[in-house]
Amino acid sequence: MRRRDGPPAQVLLALCGAGFLLFNFPMLLVWDQPLTVLGLPLLPVALFAIWAGLVAALAWVSARRGGRGAKDAPDDNKVDR
Amino acid sequence: MIQPGLVLGVSFGYLLLLVAVAAHGDRRAGQGRSLIDNSFVYALSWGVYCSAWTYFGSVGRAASGGVWFLPIYLGPMLAMLLAWLVLRKMVRIARSYRITSIADFIASRYGKSPLLAALVTLITVVGILPYIALQLKAVSAGYEALTGGPGQDGAAWWRDGTLYMALSLAGFAVVFGTRHLDLSERHEGMVAAIAFESAVKLAAFLAVGVFVTYGLFGGMGDIWARAQAQPQIADLLSLDGQGFQGFHGAQWFTLTLLSMLSVLMLPRQFQMMVVECVNERHILRASWLFPAYLLLINIFVLPIAIGGMLIFGDGGAGAESYVLTLPLSQGAVWLALLAYIGGLSAATGMIIVETVAVSTMVCNDLVMPALLGSGRFARKGGDLTRLLLNIRRAAILLVLLLGYLYFHVAGEAYALVSIGLISFAAVAQFAPALLGGMYWRGATRAGALGGLLGGSLVWAYTLMLPSLARSGWIGAGFLDGPMGLGFLAPQRLFGMAGFDELTHSLFWSLLVNVALYVGLSLRGRASAREASQALLFVEVFERGQAQPVFWRGRARPEDLRRLAGRFLGAARAEALFRDHARETGTALDNLTADARLVDRVERQIAGAIGTASARVMVESVAQEEPLSLGDVLEIIDEASQVRIYARELEEATVELRAANEKLKSLDQLKDDFMSSVTHELRTPLTSIRALTELMLDTPDIQPHERKEFLAIILSESERLSRLVNQVLDLAKIESGMAEWHNTDVDLKALIVAALRATAELFRERGAEVVLDLPDQVPLLLADPDRLTQVLVNLLSNAAKFVPEGRGRVQVALREQGSELVVTVCDNGPGVAPQDQAGVFDKFRQGGEAGNRPQGTGLGLPISRQIIANLGGRIWLDSQPGRGACFGFALPKGGADGR
Repeated sequence: MRRRDGPPAQVLLALCGAGFLLFNFPMLLVWDQPLTVLGLPLLPVALFAIWAGLVAALAWVSARRGGRGAKDAPDDNKVDR
Repeated sequence: MIQPGLVLGVSFGYLLLLVAVAAHGDRRAGQGRSLIDNSFVYALSWGVYCSAWTYFGSVGRAASGGVWFLPIYLGPMLAMLLAWLVLRKMVRIARSYRITSIADFIASRYGKSPLLAALVTLITVVGILPYIALQLKAVSAGYEALTGGPGQDGAAWWRDGTLYMALSLAGFAVVFGTRHLDLSERHEGMVAAIAFESAVKLAAFLAVGVFVTYGLFGGMGDIWARAQAQPQIADLLSLDGQGFQGFHGAQWFTLTLLSMLSVLMLPRQFQMMVVECVNERHILRASWLFPAYLLLINIFVLPIAIGGMLIFGDGGAGAESYVLTLPLSQGAVWLALLAYIGGLSAATGMIIVETVAVSTMVCNDLVMPALLGSGRFARKGGDLTRLLLNIRRAAILLVLLLGYLYFHVAGEAYALVSIGLISFAAVAQFAPALLGGMYWRGATRAGALGGLLGGSLVWAYTLMLPSLARSGWIGAGFLDGPMGLGFLAPQRLFGMAGFDELTHSLFWSLLVNVALYVGLSLRGRASAREASQALLFVEVFERGQAQPVFWRGRARPEDLRRLAGRFLGAARAEALFRDHARETGTALDNLTADARLVDRVERQIAGAIGTASARVMVESVAQEEPLSLGDVLEIIDEASQVRIYARELEEATVELRAANEKLKSLDQLKDDFMSSVTHELRTPLTSIRALTELMLDTPDIQPHERKEFLAIILSESERLSRLVNQVLDLAKIESGMAEWHNTDVDLKALIVAALRATAELFRERGAEVVLDLPDQVPLLLADPDRLTQVLVNLLSNAAKFVPEGRGRVQVALREQGSELVVTVCDNGPGVAPQDQAGVFDKFRQGGEAGNRPQGTGLGLPISRQIIANLGGRIWLDSQPGRGACFGFALPKGGADGR
């Protein structure tokens, strides 16, 4: 990739790897406990919480690295009509 | 129950609203104020991923399997984490080479192979049918739930109803997707309508969720508390219910992986994410907005499912319409209707985009090659855009009717989610060829063909055919293995039992797919065209505008223009040639059909009929020299040579420009210097001359007057000679001709001596001098006279600028590390930041132009030269209003003997 803009590849790959781990067996067995969080069962709450956490992390990473690059992004990002 | 007339009326009204939205989107695009050039709309349009499967099927799945509805949405979350890397590359490639479908993408990568394009299209059509059937089934089931249904005996009436629905949806898809032939560009209206639908289905689903959770129950906690009273529901939310026994972990992983691939490979996702992408940078925001959208639309799935089970006491097929039946059972008719509209949005959005995408493939990669193959068609001229559109329209209708057929054949036997997964597994077969092709240059056409063919055959055998067998269309004995061969049983291949059918099928199909893809790629040799396309794909980011063109041969511009006219229409063909003429700087009539022009025409045609067909058409009008692998390498070499030259040229230009700037400023400096010197010389000369003339003209001048005049003449002459000396001095030092008499110097003593020499100056200005000297400093090797010159310069400078009567000058000497540092600080007006850089320039005097103190303006430049020659550095520290602090540092050892 020519220009260094947007979030760095390593960070994205690391997030993806973390997501894969947290969303799958055997980590699921950790969430699968007969516990409740605010009266709700842990398993779905954990899955949704991890999900929301990943969205937030992605949003943060994108805004942090992308915001600066966006300003001087040349027009060749544009699809020519 | 709701009257059928009302439901139909509202549905139709809603579809008309969609058409209006689309028309508005098209109109805005026409005005150049695109509605969809916006990352939020772009992300919403990705929401087409949530079809009726999500809307109705998820609740059904949750009612029977708890959290098992989730992996289908967790996969996209994981995929989106990599969207900026993978999707952006896909978008860049598709845009660079005018790729408009997934079949085109794969075929183009592997040497523009028509065979590969046709194969991908076939897999897509066959694989996508269950998915389309799913939408039809969901909408018709929803309709039944809403109107109370025709009852079991009225089935004949309803079946026709589904058919009509399929037909009317085909009509809408035609309206949205094939109004004009602009596939190389975008369907702005369609995207706007789909984004609108995504918003509607989310709002409707959330409305139902809030109604059930907070209207019928006292919040999620309340639902769960009540559910715990019923063990079969309570079990749902732990994995123990169905247990992590054996291979359930594998199934969860399979679902995650499958949806991760599908979110990129499904024709409608490819259409929305890649083909309709307005600006690559939108991916950045859309990649987190989209999973956030998925999260929102799923948040109430479990509450609705469990709430429904608590109220209706079942968890079977009825659960798929809880979204409708729950509000309906509580008399919330309008909410039920809104929910139905949401479901309709989900289903129609999917069907419209999917059929438009598939029709493009069918037209470009199945029908066109067949037509082009027949000689009669190829010879005939004329504009073909009309024909292309009609082929696409027919393809949309055909795909929907086939979907309807599958709905009848197999639709009843499966739940919505299972039907959808069959399609997911089909499109997952594209992943190795597509993703591999983007990153692995060594992948070949044979590998892609083998992988796709093998993978999809295994898919059909282990997943598609069993789905038909279940419905009784193939003898049920087939499930135990053809001709009683147990080890070939489609759902227990080679005795691999224990998996669910999806995991089983995906494992075997992807295994065969990847093995053939890699194996055949490694074994065979890529042709020249494959190698060149591989390069263009894998290195799409490395090449800017200067992409190599892999074409050699001869063609006539007239032929190319006629060809472009046939597929693009006369107006656009004309524009294409005019653009090319302008960019190459030749007259329109003098255009030669060089490689660039041929490439340009081919790409434009590819936007309309696909890369493979475009290749065939260009071949038909040009005499091409077949390229060998060596030629390809040569062209790549040339291109990279050109790139290197271009970069070198650019660098050289930059250097030249910098040098030129420097020369210019030096020249300017010299002019300034000359004019300053002459000006400085003229002032004393003028006064000397005036006084001398006066004395000549007045012979009877008084002695005391004469004495006064002569004193002035003397001091002006001294000033003149001082100036001349300084200019000469500076010139000598600058040119390195000055003589240096370096000896050991006690800097402290030098400072004291310099102060003594300037004491008179300070006394005149009424300034106080504060000394801050250490007792003992090491000796320096330096020229004491020169150094005194510097000190006197700095001191007299300070004396000039301190305020009259209240001046205070601080002189300090410090030993810092390997240096001796002298600072002279005054409490004058200081130097403005913008002037600080220039104080050491010649004739750059401080102060306002009007009340500039006396001086030659050469003191500081000379000081700088002297200090530099002694191996030290000189600087200014100043804040306006707080005085100026000049300092210099000299190395203790002294300069190297000059």
